[in-house]
Amino acid sequence: MLVPENLKYQKTDEWVKVEDGIATIGITDYAQDSLSDVVFVEFEIDVDDEVKVGDSLATIESVKAAAEVVFPVSGKVIEVNQTIVDTPEILNESPYTEGWLVKVQVSDESELEKLMDAPAYDAYCQDR
Amino acid sequence: MAEPTIFDLSVAGRKGITFPKADVPETALPKGFVRGKLQLPEMSEMEVVRHFTSISQKNYAIDLGFYPLGSCTMKYNPKINEAVSRLSGFAAAHPHQPADSVQGNLYLMYSLQEMLKEIAGFAAVTLQPAAGAHGELVGTLIIHKYHKDRGDHQRTRILIPDSAHGTNPASSAMLGFEVVPLPSDSRGNVDLEALKGLCDDRLAGLMFTNPNTLGLFDENVCEVVKTVHEAGGLVYGDGANMNALLGVFRPGDVGIDILHFNLHKTFSTPHGGGGPGSGPVAVAKHLVDYLPDPLVGIVEEGDEENAPLYGFIHPAKSIGRIKSFNGHFGMHVRAFTYISMLGKEGLRDVAEKAVLNANYMQQKLKGTYTLPYDRRCMHEFVLEGFWKDVPGIHALDIAKRLMDYDFHPPTNYFPLIVHEALMIEPTETETKETLDRFVEAMQKIAEEARTNPELLHDAPHNTPVRRCDELKAAKDLVLCCYVGDDWPGEIV
Repeated sequence: MLVPENLKYQKTDEWVKVEDGIATIGITDYAQDSLSDVVFVEFEIDVDDEVKVGDSLATIESVKAAAEVVFPVSGKVIEVNQTIVDTPEILNESPYTEGWLVKVQVSDESELEKLMDAPAYDAYCQDR
Repeated sequence: MAEPTIFDLSVAGRKGITFPKADVPETALPKGFVRGKLQLPEMSEMEVVRHFTSISQKNYAIDLGFYPLGSCTMKYNPKINEAVSRLSGFAAAHPHQPADSVQGNLYLMYSLQEMLKEIAGFAAVTLQPAAGAHGELVGTLIIHKYHKDRGDHQRTRILIPDSAHGTNPASSAMLGFEVVPLPSDSRGNVDLEALKGLCDDRLAGLMFTNPNTLGLFDENVCEVVKTVHEAGGLVYGDGANMNALLGVFRPGDVGIDILHFNLHKTFSTPHGGGGPGSGPVAVAKHLVDYLPDPLVGIVEEGDEENAPLYGFIHPAKSIGRIKSFNGHFGMHVRAFTYISMLGKEGLRDVAEKAVLNANYMQQKLKGTYTLPYDRRCMHEFVLEGFWKDVPGIHALDIAKRLMDYDFHPPTNYFPLIVHEALMIEPTETETKETLDRFVEAMQKIAEEARTNPELLHDAPHNTPVRRCDELKAAKDLVLCCYVGDDWPGEIV
């Protein structure tokens, strides 16, 4: 299972990377593996929406289950990866790169301190 | 080889039946009644028989073998149910017949209502709902109307435990309720502290399955009901797992307000394609007036010489009719037969054997597979279908491989709170020999996963159809619909 060092993680299996105040958000390798083949992705938000931690980001449906993705940070949505809607298999193939979901202009970077770093998330997954 | 569909076999002009010459004058149908050309397959009678017989022989059924599909309770459907339901008084009755010409049928429905009341400890029962989820919809309609009548308009939230059947949140959402998930504790019960934190004046109710989908009896049931009631909410019991409780525990006795039964699970009526289902709903005394309209009741008391007159009664604050006619009457006949054949002690025996069989298998398998909630179970139990030391093997591979051993796979990937779940429900009628054979197959598969994992990845090997492409099936939707030339609607 891949847990890149440079990302922050949320218990509900989202990753986030912040560069110059912009957060890129996606789901983890653990999440895509647990879901297995992803069939549909439906975004619950649009560009320019103001969002808070815990708000619904997307619903991901696989051959096994449907799962809700929630925001790990608050801010304003600036970009939505629409490619995913047409080719959801990207989420299984490259969850940390092409499979990113949204980009958010972060409103409060201190929220990142509540998220897990890579070793903590790795240990959390091993325990499940 | 793929089985051709009946449409593939059609040859223009071929006929299976020749109608006798009409002995009344022929006349054209009025224009508005003609739907254009129907694209029906054209075949001879023998071809039709061979086609369907061939398909039926490739099917798997409870009459052929063990079917431990957890949560679904695929119990044996006794053949006497079928014989009774085919008696002409039942099978040929018309729902528009005057009540006084179908007194026997109404008596049967009335008696079934009474039996279900007694079995689960409630004040009244409707037989109208078409199946379990329809019963849930009736329940949420009653919850909605009850609060509305009391002026409690702010009660908009329904709590749903994270182990619940997916139909629970769906039924609540259909009524416009806000669905609030409720976590389970480490023993698989409803987390009482979390429940208390969510109980305020926005609470409309809780939907509660007991035993839950982990196959565990919720040890906090009394406290859960009390907590919800104190906050002014109602408790809806999802009776999908009543099979485990017959003659042992009555949900009404602990204060559950509403409960649906699945006649096609607990009371042995057929399932799935052999259905339809039937989902009677029982309510406690304070909700009797809200039941769907009409109920079957005694409209004129009898005396020593005359039987009572059965007919339809109309609850005062009814949520209204929710099903055409009187529900799935054929299923009422079967369930009535099942209950009558077993009697009180027989029903208790059903629950005891179902629980005993499940615990026997749970104990036999728990060394080989991880048992995430290691407790005495009720009628079913949930294992994890993977091993940390065998990467790449999933619950799905184990389920598919079981088909090579001539078993129907257990339910997989449900409940969602267990990683790679395999949910096993043996039901009460299986012999120890069958249970042992299944356990042995599960143990062999665990061994194969380590010695020859490809056997699992490529399974099933011995079935008419091999591993299906579930991704393609879910993504590339092909829906064929034949409509007449003059179909007024738009085809999307």
